Amino acid sequence: MTDGHSYPQDIIKGVRHEGRAVVLELAGEIDMRCSIELRSKLMELFQDKPPVLVVNMTQVEFMDSSGLATLVGALKWCRRNGSQLKLVGLVQRVRNIFEISKLESIFQIYDSEAEALS
Amino acid sequence: MNTDIKEQQSSTNTQILLHICANPEYLCVARMAVRQVMQVVGLEEDKDKNESVTLAVEEALTNVIRHSYGGPCDKPIIMKLSKIDRCDKNKLALEIVIRDFGKQVEPESIKGADLDEVKPGGLGVHIIRSVMDEVEFSRADDCGMQLRMVKYIT
Repeated sequence: MTDGHSYPQDIIKGVRHEGRAVVLELAGEIDMRCSIELRSKLMELFQDKPPVLVVNMTQVEFMDSSGLATLVGALKWCRRNGSQLKLVGLVQRVRNIFEISKLESIFQIYDSEAEALS
Repeated sequence: MNTDIKEQQSSTNTQILLHICANPEYLCVARMAVRQVMQVVGLEEDKDKNESVTLAVEEALTNVIRHSYGGPCDKPIIMKLSKIDRCDKNKLALEIVIRDFGKQVEPESIKGADLDEVKPGGLGVHIIRSVMDEVEFSRADDCGMQLRMVKYIT
């Protein structure tokens, strides 16, 4: 049975560098299980203290509050260390959790990577 | 198994009963079940609304794992999804009941997060109450808690 959603898989699609920015591409559904993996990856990336971290969520289909908590933790790290965290490509059903929790205003959210990197 | 389901002013037809263990690996199974049931009961049309219901269920299950059981374990969580007629409100609805066998707390103590503070913890209850039309926490008869959520279809 398929319903168009992606079920368990690694949510880390890839990491690349675009100038001074590090771009972390995610895909799939971020839940309690996957948010642990996401947190580990972010901690790994933060070791190099990137000036800009872009999290491309264009292919993220679902995220719960554990995923949101992980991103909030990342944002706090960035603020303490003078880095910027930018989120890209939130589909409406992912954006919903930011809106319900009234946290959309604390993040820099862009529709495209080009906008985030400009 | 006593499910402690309250049947006030409703008649139940379509029912799906899902038993999972309190392991985050199986949250995706619950999401899939919720999505499919919503298609069956006719909540499919507004996909963003559907995903909000899926999110509310996800938050409820995550809270059971985290708070009722103190972390992932092999203890059971039972989820029942039913299409119900809310005769008193002249509405069809999707009723979701989640039953755990962990720690009991006073239902009045289950509160949502203070959104004036920028912290991500405790958002689950707030999300559930924001999304669902009816939310009721109760202590189960023997042990654990029961959460009943209702989303109106019509």
